[in-house]
Amino acid sequence: MSAVYALYSSPDAAQRAVNGLYAAGIAQDDVVVMSGEPFEAQPFAHRDSATWLWYIACLGGFVGLVFSTWLTRMTELAWPLQTGNMPIVAWWPNLIVIFELTMLGAILATVLTLFVTAKLPGRLPKLYDPEVTNGKILVGVENPSAATLPALERALMAGGAAELKRS
Amino acid sequence: MSEASSRKLSDDLLRPLLETSWRFYALVTFLGSIVLMGLCTWAYQMYMGFGMTGINNPIFWAFYITNFVFWIGISHAGTLISAILRLVNAGWRRPVTRCAEVITAFALMIGAMFPIIHLGRPWLFFWLVPYPNSRLIWPNFRSPLVWDFFAITTYLTGSVLFLVLPMIPDFALVRDRTTGMRHRIYGALALGWQGTPKQWHRLESAMSIMAIAIIPVAVSVHTIVSFDFSMAPVPMWHSTMFGPYFVAGAIFSGIAGLIIAMAALRKFLHLEEYLHPVHFQNLGKLLLMMSLLWGYFVFAERLTVWYGNESAEIAVLRVTQTGSFAPLYWTMVVVNFVIPVSILSIKRLRTIAGCVVASFGVLVGMWLERFLIVVPSLGHKYLPYSWGTYRPRPVELLITASTFAAMCLLYTLFAKFVPIISIWELKVGEQEPYETAQERSARVLGEAHP
Repeated sequence: MSAVYALYSSPDAAQRAVNGLYAAGIAQDDVVVMSGEPFEAQPFAHRDSATWLWYIACLGGFVGLVFSTWLTRMTELAWPLQTGNMPIVAWWPNLIVIFELTMLGAILATVLTLFVTAKLPGRLPKLYDPEVTNGKILVGVENPSAATLPALERALMAGGAAELKRS
Repeated sequence: MSEASSRKLSDDLLRPLLETSWRFYALVTFLGSIVLMGLCTWAYQMYMGFGMTGINNPIFWAFYITNFVFWIGISHAGTLISAILRLVNAGWRRPVTRCAEVITAFALMIGAMFPIIHLGRPWLFFWLVPYPNSRLIWPNFRSPLVWDFFAITTYLTGSVLFLVLPMIPDFALVRDRTTGMRHRIYGALALGWQGTPKQWHRLESAMSIMAIAIIPVAVSVHTIVSFDFSMAPVPMWHSTMFGPYFVAGAIFSGIAGLIIAMAALRKFLHLEEYLHPVHFQNLGKLLLMMSLLWGYFVFAERLTVWYGNESAEIAVLRVTQTGSFAPLYWTMVVVNFVIPVSILSIKRLRTIAGCVVASFGVLVGMWLERFLIVVPSLGHKYLPYSWGTYRPRPVELLITASTFAAMCLLYTLFAKFVPIISIWELKVGEQEPYETAQERSARVLGEAHP
């Protein structure tokens, strides 16, 4: 057996089960919760909510800004032809390219960070149940120790689960 | 939301993916044959040369560039509207966003094809890409055509990601509902999505950041498309108002495209339970607002030119208002302003049918608007000896028609293989307590005056 879990129909029941697991001495990081939709109103949804995503997006934008500034300036100086009575390094038109690449940097950094922090793409873990996408909420523990198993099972059943499942 | 209603919602929205009727094959065959005809016509044009088109001195931009601007405008239907509605947390957006975002992705792809078709020798399209040639000469970054490359690339990348990211949980749903080959394909597309709180939180944070980033990009794209015109000293192009004028026109035509797409989905995929009349009424109000804004821009532009009385600009103004282009111009005014304002300002007429009628008119009118920006100005430049006329040839008409079929075909195929309404977002919407406008006002006013 590598995991014990239960499925809940309501987010309140899932939250009770999560609270019960914490009370049974299961560490927060060991409690697995999966749902087919986010439940912002429940405390379990706010685990791991601290993220550097916003800062990394800004950093990506900054990288885009520096790169595009270098690119536009370098290309104009590499072959210094005057066009349209503009200066060789013409900042007004360059700003357009700089803006676009800054935003592209921010967007790509956001998506890359999402993939890395959400561990996508990845393989489905052993602790998974297709009922999750049908509206059930899965609460469980992977690799529970034999000593904690009885308390863990009691906590999951006390949450209101119809049955315990093992995978 | 209860488990039973969650299951029903999933069943309803996955039905088009899991069941296929003969109508789907008939529609795909019909649209595919028109697209094939367009591709053959394009091949014919390449083989015979660009002389097969009606483009000639002095009008070197005509149907193809009109189509380019039109489709880039339609692309504003999706990501921009979806991002704005997401940021203001408009609850009614949930069934609308994906329908809209798909339009952006496909319209941008079709729009970006036109400069390549317009090249005449499309196998040299990579010359448009800003990289140094064998003599280490870079393209001129001071040229608006290079700005187009950067703007469209950024917007297309951002829009595709903005569309695809929220599709991952829905792919996971399809993965868990299917078996065999479908299970494997959707399993790969779901990228191993599990639905942990961390994944949900990261996804929603990423969508918020993308929504903030994509709005200025969307505005910049059509502004830069307008710069293709306004940077040139051509009568009635060299105007400071072209940027906002183009952006407003793009949003206007984008909303019209979205209304038509939603009405078609509602009817053919039987999504009446999810795409309610209120969605059309709200979009109809947006369309009305954009119609008034468009009218304001047209009036400001025409008045300024007429009052300035500069001879070259007056020549263009006359040819569009009273000359050979007048029938097109006044049709544009009627279908872009008179009809939408008449229908949409009356609540009783702001029905689904009313919104669709107004939207069809707007699409026609906005295509005419782009044509009337491109052709009369090029045909009436500063020196009368260089004036000329333009008539589209069959190749241009066929290629143009085939792009409309291509849009319908891509949309049909998308709706067949991907849930066209974001299922998980709809479920989140069901969690939220429903609050009417009156209740919200009472609550807010009550808080302000206890």
